[in-house]
Amino acid sequence: MSDKISVVLGVIGADVHAIGNQILEHALIESGINTVNIGVMATQKEFIEAAIETGADAIWVSSLYGHGEMDCRGLREKAEEAGVGDVLLYVGGNLVIGKQEWKNVEKLFLSMGYDRAYPPGTLPSEAIEDLYKDLKSRKGEKEWLAHY
Amino acid sequence: MACSLLIDIGSTYTKATKIDLETLEISARGQAYTTVKEDVTIGLKKALDNIPDWQNADYKLACSSAAGGLKIIAIGLVPDLTAEAARRAALGAGSKVLKTYSYELTDKEIEEIKYLEPDILLLAGGTDGGNKEIIIHNATMLANSDIEQTIIVAGNRSVSQKANDILKKSHKETFLTENVMPRLEELNIEPARRTIREIFLNKIIHAKGLKKVDELIDGIIMPTPSAVLKAAQLLAEGYKDYEGLGELMIVDIGGATTDVHSIASGKPTKANVNWRGLEEPYNKRTVEGDLGMRYSASSLYSVIGEENFLQSLRDDSDLVLDLETLERYIQYLHKNVSYLAQTKREKEIDKLLGYYAVKYAVARHVGSVKTIYTPMGATVLQEGKDLTNIETVIGTGGIIINNESPEFLLKGSFYENQDNPELLSPLKPNIFIDKEYILAAGGLMVSELPLSALKFMKKNLKKVK
Repeated sequence: MSDKISVVLGVIGADVHAIGNQILEHALIESGINTVNIGVMATQKEFIEAAIETGADAIWVSSLYGHGEMDCRGLREKAEEAGVGDVLLYVGGNLVIGKQEWKNVEKLFLSMGYDRAYPPGTLPSEAIEDLYKDLKSRKGEKEWLAHY
Repeated sequence: MACSLLIDIGSTYTKATKIDLETLEISARGQAYTTVKEDVTIGLKKALDNIPDWQNADYKLACSSAAGGLKIIAIGLVPDLTAEAARRAALGAGSKVLKTYSYELTDKEIEEIKYLEPDILLLAGGTDGGNKEIIIHNATMLANSDIEQTIIVAGNRSVSQKANDILKKSHKETFLTENVMPRLEELNIEPARRTIREIFLNKIIHAKGLKKVDELIDGIIMPTPSAVLKAAQLLAEGYKDYEGLGELMIVDIGGATTDVHSIASGKPTKANVNWRGLEEPYNKRTVEGDLGMRYSASSLYSVIGEENFLQSLRDDSDLVLDLETLERYIQYLHKNVSYLAQTKREKEIDKLLGYYAVKYAVARHVGSVKTIYTPMGATVLQEGKDLTNIETVIGTGGIIINNESPEFLLKGSFYENQDNPELLSPLKPNIFIDKEYILAAGGLMVSELPLSALKFMKKNLKKVK
C-alpha cells in the first residue's frame, strides 16, 4: 500500500455538509486511491497534520456553505511551513456566495495556492483524472510508470 | 484453606495483603519501607513478618512501582497524532511517560533523552503507508547515539522493519511491533502495550534489582498502575454471569502523581455532537505528574493558587492560617514524602490538597464540548471522552485511607465542582472508597482468579453516597 496514491479529504471550516464528502470518498476508494477522510468541520491544522502522518499526495478541500474564501486562505502557506509544501491542493464546492463569474472564483483560489478549483456540479471522476495528470507531470513519466 | 498473597512494592512502602479465597476477606496484612537500594527482599520480609503462614499461600504475586516505576519516552511524528498515540500506549502499559518527542529528533534532544534515563523508548511515526522519512531519521539518530535502552519500533508498517534494522545494526536492543496508529486517528495500542509488559517482565525487573523477590514469592507480574487498570476493567465489565459496576472511573491519588483511569467508551451522550480528534481508548489512563499529596504538593499548590487555597481553607473549615506558615508546610510535605498528617490543621490541608488533585486530574482526563455557531445554526464539537453519565467513581491511594472524609476529596471530580462548564466530567456518580487498599491486589488476581478477584473487590469497596 505504500506506493499507492494518498488523498486527504474533508469539509473545511464550520461547514457540516457531509454527503458530497462521502460521495467523493467512495469515488476515490473505487479508483484504488488510499483515502483519508477527516470528515466535516475540519480545521486547516487537521488537514495539514493528516497529510504529514499519511504522507499524502494531495489534499482535497470541500466547502459548501459560502465561506470558502475565508476558510481556505492560508492552507498553502501552512503546508509549506509544516514541510509538506509540495502537496497538491484541490478545492471544490459552493466556494463563494451569490452569482459570481466562475472564472474569477477559480482565479481567486488559484492565487491562494490551490492547484485546482472546481465549481458546483463537477463529477468526482473529473477531479480524479486531474489528480492522475498532475501527479504524472510532477513525478515524471519514468517514475510514474515504475509505479504501475 | 485457599488463600492468595498479593504484594505491592511501592516507591515508599511495600504492602502485603493475604486474602482468604473462601470468605473473600483480608485475613492479614503487613507493611514496611521499600528497600530497593539495599536489597528489595529486606523490606519485603519485614512486610511479611506480620502475615502468618504466608509461605503456604496458593498464589504469591506482586506488582511494583519501586525504583522510579517503569519510565518511558515516547517518540512520534505529529504531536496530536502518532506522538500522542505512542504516549497513550505507554500510559496504558502502566508506565510513567518522562517526555514525548515529535518530528525530527535533534542532537540536543538525544542528549536530553540520555539525561532523562528512561527504561524504554517507544518509537512511532507515520500511519501505515504514510510518512516514512521521519521514523527513519529518528531511528538513525538513535542508532548513532550511545543510548543503551531498549527501543520498541511501532510506526509506519512500510518502513518499521527498516527502522528496526538500522537500530539493530548499531547493536541496540529492539522490539518490532504493530503501528500505534495504522490509520489516521485510529488507535492500535494493544500490541505496543503487550511488548512493553514483556520487556518489563523480562528485563526491567532484573535491571532494577527487583528480580530478587523471586526467592520469596512467585514473582512481580506487572507495574502497579497496570494492576489498577486491570482491576478497573474487571470491575466495570464483570465476569461471565457475575455483574460488574458498569462504566466507571478510578482516581488514584498518590504522593507524586494523581492517576485517573476510565473504563468507558466516552461516546457523546447528546444528539448532534461531532466527535473529533484521535480515537479514545476504552480503558484510558492519564497521569498528572504535578498533582500529588507529598512530593508534588508544591506543584499542586501552585496549580491551585495561594488565594484560592486560602479561601477554600476559610470556607470549608474554621481554620485561619497565614500564608507563610502554609507555604512552609507545603514545602515540608514536598521534602518529607512519607509524612502523615497529625494535627487537625494538617488533616484539613491534606483534605483540600486531595480535593484539588482530584478536581484537576479529572478535568484533564475528561473531554470537553465546544459550541460553534455556523451559518446553519449551532453545532457542538466534542473532544475527548464524555464521562458525564458515569455512575461510579472510585477513590484509592494513601490519602483515601488516612483521611476522615474521603468522599469530600472525590467530589472534586463532579461536574458541578469544575470551573469550566464545557468539561464532560461525571454529573451524579456514586462514590466508592478503596478503604482497605485492595485495588492493586484485585488487579493482580485478575488473570488467575477473575471471579474471586471481582467478588473480592465488590465486597471490599465501600459505597459512601
